[in-house]
Amino acid sequence: MAWLNIILQGALLGGLYALFAAGLSLMFGVMRLVNIAHGDLIVLSAYCALVIVQATGMHPLASLVLVVPLMFAFGYALQRGLLNFTLSGGLLPPLLVTFGLSVIIQNALLEAFSADSRRLQAGALETASLRLGDQLAIGWLPAIVFIVAVVVIALLEQLLYRTALGRAFRAVSDDADTAQLSGVEIRHVFALATALALAVVSLAGVLLAIRTNFDPSIGPARLLYAFEAVIIGGLGSLWGTLAGGVLLGIAQSLGAALDPGWEILAGHIAFLLVLLLRPRGLFPKQAE
Amino acid sequence: MSLLEIRGLTAAYGDFQALYGIDLKVEEGETVAIIGANGAGKTTLLRAITGLLRTPPDCIRFAGAPIGSLAPSRIVRRGIALVPEGRRLFPSLTVEENLRMGAQCGRGGPWTLSRVYGLFPALAARRRAAATALSGGEQQMAAIGRALMANPRLLLCDEISLGLAPRVIRDVYAALPGIRAEGTTVLIVEQDTSRALAEADRIYCLQEGRVTLEGAPAALTRARIRLAYFGL
Amino acid sequence: MLRAGAYRIDRSTRASRVALAAAALIVAALLSLPLWGDSGDMRLAVEIFYYLALAQAWNLLAGYTGLVSVGQQAYVGLGGYGFFALAVLLGVPPVPAIALAGIAAAVIALPTAFVVFRLRGAYFAIGSWVVAEVFRLLLALVKPLGGGTGMSLPVAVVLSLAQSRAARDIVVYYLGLALGAGAVLLVFLWLRSRQGLALTAIRDSERAAASVGVDNRGTKLAVHIIAAGIAGLVGALAFLEKLRISPDAAFSVGDWTANVIFIVVIGGIGSIEGPILGTIVFFGLRALLVDYGAWYLITLGALAVAVMLLAPQGLWGLLARALGWQFFPVQRRLRLLELRQAPPKPPRLS
Repeated sequence: MAWLNIILQGALLGGLYALFAAGLSLMFGVMRLVNIAHGDLIVLSAYCALVIVQATGMHPLASLVLVVPLMFAFGYALQRGLLNFTLSGGLLPPLLVTFGLSVIIQNALLEAFSADSRRLQAGALETASLRLGDQLAIGWLPAIVFIVAVVVIALLEQLLYRTALGRAFRAVSDDADTAQLSGVEIRHVFALATALALAVVSLAGVLLAIRTNFDPSIGPARLLYAFEAVIIGGLGSLWGTLAGGVLLGIAQSLGAALDPGWEILAGHIAFLLVLLLRPRGLFPKQAE
Repeated sequence: MSLLEIRGLTAAYGDFQALYGIDLKVEEGETVAIIGANGAGKTTLLRAITGLLRTPPDCIRFAGAPIGSLAPSRIVRRGIALVPEGRRLFPSLTVEENLRMGAQCGRGGPWTLSRVYGLFPALAARRRAAATALSGGEQQMAAIGRALMANPRLLLCDEISLGLAPRVIRDVYAALPGIRAEGTTVLIVEQDTSRALAEADRIYCLQEGRVTLEGAPAALTRARIRLAYFGL
Repeated sequence: MLRAGAYRIDRSTRASRVALAAAALIVAALLSLPLWGDSGDMRLAVEIFYYLALAQAWNLLAGYTGLVSVGQQAYVGLGGYGFFALAVLLGVPPVPAIALAGIAAAVIALPTAFVVFRLRGAYFAIGSWVVAEVFRLLLALVKPLGGGTGMSLPVAVVLSLAQSRAARDIVVYYLGLALGAGAVLLVFLWLRSRQGLALTAIRDSERAAASVGVDNRGTKLAVHIIAAGIAGLVGALAFLEKLRISPDAAFSVGDWTANVIFIVVIGGIGSIEGPILGTIVFFGLRALLVDYGAWYLITLGALAVAVMLLAPQGLWGLLARALGWQFFPVQRRLRLLELRQAPPKPPRLS
């Protein structure tokens, strides 16, 4: 039964990873842009929330009301003002510019907030848990994170398949030139995709900051987890990304149970196994 | 004033010069055909008109206004729609979604979803199918329908007979009269010379990036066309 | 078609001949550094050599074969740990241990390529990062090599390199010089050769290169392995010099990859001169901004972003374009020895 508990905790952790991954997946899907600064933007959101919470005394979850729109706007500006200019030069510019951005964000945060470990205080929520029988307990916070992940992915799917904007996203993802010929204002659509991605990222960042300690340097690891969740789940499918996140979380949980030093390694190994045996992921969207 | 006026248009892809000074005119309501072999510059010309290829601002005038430096989405809004070579439907979208994409530019006009389905009944039956599940002819109809949904003043058709069986080509071209009846100006690019001669009021022939022939079909002999087409 | 006597293939230009002479002088000066410099100078010089070697390697990967790796630190770390394993656990003398560690890193690059080449483009970049992390975490579990906290180099091994501190500094210095100069020379000779033409072709257009028969996969694999070997040698020497190794230091992205990426981007991707210029700029900036902590890295990052957007060929690209220079003669110039007439125009009919 203890194993079931471990797997359950891992699955719930997977919800957080799926939230990390959803934004990355969206940006790659629409623009073929892999944002190396993705993890650092998650951390930036956490610090954003920290500043707001310290200034206003509101509950971290309440701060989302401010953080999400802020990061949405920042994402729009970032894409329109900087990243749009990297898209026509081939493979290197988007990678290297976002890499530079990653270093800038990490060090700017370091300069502004020092390397001290922080945490957003959410009161009783942090430790409250629900007992399911003798051996099983679910923390309220991990459960909420998982539910948020499911809701966000469901909403994104609705956006993609039921709205004009989502249709534009899918068309641009298929064929950006022809989409322009249909009247899609491409610079604007790209910026909206990033804005949306960063809105999801900010959600993930605040939830992360309540769940664990954070400091300016933890960004890159989140990028790697997000990336692994996307690859394990399969490109092109948001629900696949959720599955990927869950599998990653379970692998890490099982690894940690074996030995603390194996926690992250187990996740990486799961990723490498999927890459070797099922390179297109476990639930890829379509034959490409 | 011609609807579309092109003067001294040059275009290059890096070091490769594709167009060497094209002069071309299309009057409102006309059907003009451009013929020429592969590599003559026909698709480059269309890319220049639609804005996928940036050109010097004054070379191309549409309804009197220069459009050379505009983004493609702006040009669609002005009233030029392209049926791209090879159809280029969006594979992730259904037929109906593809058609709706055409209306993205927000131009009003006679062409609505139901009008397009009326013109191409075969599409109505397949509206929810993935675009990739259609036959070649149906895909071509969908591509034309998508362009019509933009309610263009000028419709550009790039090689719409390519890869289709003769019977299917006939069905596709059967839609043109209905389109012309709305007053839409049509510019077709064709490798099939007979088809072009049959449909057009005037034709231009392109060879290696230059206009080598221009005139009404009745005024041109086969020999002259062959000479202009091949340069032999 | 050109007849045999009608043309000549030039390999060098006047600028490159001048530069080669200057380079010979610089190398001579470097060879004599221990005579007129102190141990601080030598340490700085060795650090410059490390980054020069890593930059050349990364440039080969990213600039010529399009393999943008954010995982080069994997092989630096493997080289470092390889050295410690060989010298400490197996008693191999230090200098051969360095060489073997480099070879070991190159050998491990082969199965790694098998995994990581399944990814393309940006996904390859992150995948290579994951692989580096795997090595870091694995080595942190190896207790004989110090586990998570690392280990120091035993005195006996240190002394077996040379008895006195001064002598050790000199030995490390010459090894570093050999590594830095060797990397530049290796890259130069490779690019100058026929295989080098293949590399340049892949850099310009992979598809076009494949269509004329270039073995893309084989070339990429070769570059990947060579780059790993160079990184391994750097790691082995660097951690010998530091006298201590730990997983975080050995596999640090910031130290071994981020700095190298900035060097190559700012200096100029896709040329041999670029990484050299980039290394000079990097160390100059570091000296300038040493008191400003995190601002130094922010500046570096911002500079890299600006260069990538405004001058993607880097500082060297700007110079070379403006002045027509090429210091390392890797091109082949076709010189026509007789006049040709202009080609005929097609007929015009109207």
